Amino acid sequence: MNQYPAWKYLLIVAAVVVGLVYALPNLFPEDPVVQVAHATAGEVGPDGAQQVRAVLEGRGIPVKGMERGETGLMVRFPSSDAQLRAADILRTALGDDYAVALNLAPATPGWLQALNARPMNLGLDLRGGIHFLMEVDMDAVVDNVHERYASEFRTRLREADMRYLSVERDGEGIHLRFDDAGVRDRALERLRDEYRGDLEFEAVDGAGSHRIRARVTDEQLQTQRRLALQQNITTLRNRVNELGVAEPVIQQQGERRIVVQLPGVQDTARAKEILGATATLEFRLVDEEHDPYAAAERGRAPAGSRLYRERNGNPVLLERRVMLTGDYIQDATSGIAQDTGGPAVFINLDAQGARIFSRTTGDNVGRLMGVVFIETATETVREDGELVRRTTRSEEVINVARIQEQLGRRFQITGLDSSREAHNLALLLRAGALAAPMSIVEERTVGPSLGRDNIEAGFKSVVLGFVLVLVFMALYYRVFGLVADLALALNLVLLVALLSMLQATLTLPGIAGIVLTVGMAVDANVLIFERIREELRNGNSPQAAIQAGYARALSTIADANITTLIAAVVLFMFGTGPIKGFAVTLSLGILVSLFTALVVTRGVVNLIYGRRRRLKTLAI
Amino acid sequence: MQLNFANANIDFLGQRRIALSISAVLLVLSILLLVFRGLNFGIDFTGGTLIEVGYPGAVELNQVRDTLQEGGFDRASVQYFGTSSDVLIRLAPRQGEDSAQLSEQVLTQLRTAGGDVEMRRVEFVGPQVGDELREQGGLAMLYALLGILIYVALRFEWRFSLGAVAALVHDVTLTLGIFSLLWLEFDLSVLAAVLAVIGYSLNDTIVVYDRIRENFRRLRKEATARVMNVSVNQSLARTLMTSLTTLLVLVCLYLLGGAAIQNFALALIIGVLVGTYSSIYVAAALALVMGVDRGVMLPVKKEGEELDDRP
Repeated sequence: MNQYPAWKYLLIVAAVVVGLVYALPNLFPEDPVVQVAHATAGEVGPDGAQQVRAVLEGRGIPVKGMERGETGLMVRFPSSDAQLRAADILRTALGDDYAVALNLAPATPGWLQALNARPMNLGLDLRGGIHFLMEVDMDAVVDNVHERYASEFRTRLREADMRYLSVERDGEGIHLRFDDAGVRDRALERLRDEYRGDLEFEAVDGAGSHRIRARVTDEQLQTQRRLALQQNITTLRNRVNELGVAEPVIQQQGERRIVVQLPGVQDTARAKEILGATATLEFRLVDEEHDPYAAAERGRAPAGSRLYRERNGNPVLLERRVMLTGDYIQDATSGIAQDTGGPAVFINLDAQGARIFSRTTGDNVGRLMGVVFIETATETVREDGELVRRTTRSEEVINVARIQEQLGRRFQITGLDSSREAHNLALLLRAGALAAPMSIVEERTVGPSLGRDNIEAGFKSVVLGFVLVLVFMALYYRVFGLVADLALALNLVLLVALLSMLQATLTLPGIAGIVLTVGMAVDANVLIFERIREELRNGNSPQAAIQAGYARALSTIADANITTLIAAVVLFMFGTGPIKGFAVTLSLGILVSLFTALVVTRGVVNLIYGRRRRLKTLAI
Repeated sequence: MQLNFANANIDFLGQRRIALSISAVLLVLSILLLVFRGLNFGIDFTGGTLIEVGYPGAVELNQVRDTLQEGGFDRASVQYFGTSSDVLIRLAPRQGEDSAQLSEQVLTQLRTAGGDVEMRRVEFVGPQVGDELREQGGLAMLYALLGILIYVALRFEWRFSLGAVAALVHDVTLTLGIFSLLWLEFDLSVLAAVLAVIGYSLNDTIVVYDRIRENFRRLRKEATARVMNVSVNQSLARTLMTSLTTLLVLVCLYLLGGAAIQNFALALIIGVLVGTYSSIYVAAALALVMGVDRGVMLPVKKEGEELDDRP
């Protein structure tokens, strides 16, 4: 009476086989690798690969294997010691053109790769690395939008010869003032026509003044915010690529936040410098008619000029008018200046920038020009219980030089402190500007040794807990306990296989989730076995007891697991990062344990007892 | 080996006044603790900076403290983490000068003074993120309870549903109360553990209620309290077995899982213990107090349906 149709056994066997295959890649250790990528092309040609091999062989470093791919060259090493030495050597040997990054790569055999079986990703807490949560300053985005429209209005009105008194922005929009009501009305009509959908205009008449109030529509602001976030993500991606990080994660989270994960990176200071900075340049003529020291003493610059400081603290007066902003920079590289031998950044302008710059420098040959380095950093602080966002903007003159000749597309900037600074500046100029300032609102950095310790501790506790439960079940439920053990082992295999298939990221809470699932997976078996024991005590025959035990326990198991599933789903919806990982593991664990406890153990029990008609006792 | 509770006839429900009184007292104490002492929220919720550093050998905490003081970090809290060569440094969000750069400064200070210091972990949580997490954590708890309330009401009856949720609130509050009493750090992983406790304790309660529902159908002549008592006794072996296996695993996790996961494991251990107690002593008693009886469970049932397992 307790027999399963053949298809159920086939299903179980299929699940076991698939589970084993897809869980298998996790057993192969990872190789320490060095990734070499060309700074611009990414891909490394055969010549480059040859060069890398030659350099490493020359220094006697053992190489386990090399693979060329679209994103660069991956060199495998037998030990992490060799990997670290190789990375140092390659960095100096290959220079600025290549990015060299440390990483771990799975050593999955070919036949498993062919089946698309890959090991689980290790989370940052297990492999080490940096996690940043960055928040885009959306107030600044709105400010920028207003500023841009205000300046567009001025141009439009000037072009159309409509005389205005002022165009100013305030907290909610833009304010235009006119002398004449007629001009105001014509301007209103024109602007309304041009900015339909993006802005709303309204005529306001006060005592002796004729005004227009312009308000950017909510949809338009929403779009602008989204675009700003997108551009920041793109810029961050460029910058991270420049850092040479393997497998970075850069994702939007919510409406104004970006998650950046850099596995394997340890130098947080540099990562922050590069990610958070909004650096740009401005070129201005030096005001040579006034004395900067006198201006510094008075604390006020003469009209038409602004007071700046050089790196060494000396004051310098620059004209208010900007010759060129950093927006036109197309490419920037760092290197050594030909004439002085100091660190320099070589800059390439785009066509429009080149036109502007050649005109402005051509008109002013022989005069002094200052290069202003502008850096913005934003942070949120708590002041008297209120959250306040503070933006600090530092402006320094990094270089003052006489314009020797008309400058065109290519020129160089000197006056930087170190070659590292030159390198960073070039990187920031190259990777583009952020659309709006960002601040780091959360940081989690895990050192490599802690990651290793975490894996070890997690693994040890899983194994021991698992073994203890197995022993306990076998002692307590005898043959049925062994069946439950089998199901439990399969439970673990299937869970790992599923997580690998989903390419889930294994984190420390994820391991805890697995452990917890193992502990709770026993529950369904316990419910069934206790029920069978009860039926036996009530005088039922063994076969009837098995039948009734499974049947009666079913609704209890379903209720109990569905409620736990509800808790797991809520965790998933509200949690972030590691908590989400825990929820995924828990939910999958519940589903898998339902399958193993209800289908698999029944199958095995049927196989053992199902055909024995004269069964007198059960080893339970 | 068998825990034979076949003839177990412990009068759990008879002791319900004592049990409920004990629970009520513990509950009030927990709430008082939570209100007046609060939870030792980790930087996940408060915001701030946490730095874990590893020294090559054992290190004196006072030495680390002095070094930090020299560098102007005089409000840093310093403690061992796991071993005496691992040190955890916590910097509260300071008025007006909170910065993501803080961790760098601390590490530099320690390195210039002590030499070979290894950065093991840095966590910085901005104040706005901390505020949000606290809000979200509370919401998650609320929604989990709501979802469960609805499911149990659909599958059983609203009185059971209230009883189950009351048992849950009981378990979670006591667990939080113990965390407050022992002043253990409450971080994101502990929040996850508390949410898992909700799932676990509910599991236990549902199993008991399931049995009560079944026994109302089977033991038609018995009084309500008697039916409930039989049900609790019948589920006793299962309740203890499951708790035991789960505890086995959790204790392993607590002892071997490393310092980072200790509080997570501890929260679950406390939760499982409290949950086991409540599913034996409190859950059925609550259902009884709520006024559950046979009439409620089996309203208008025709004869002949009594063999059916489902309501």
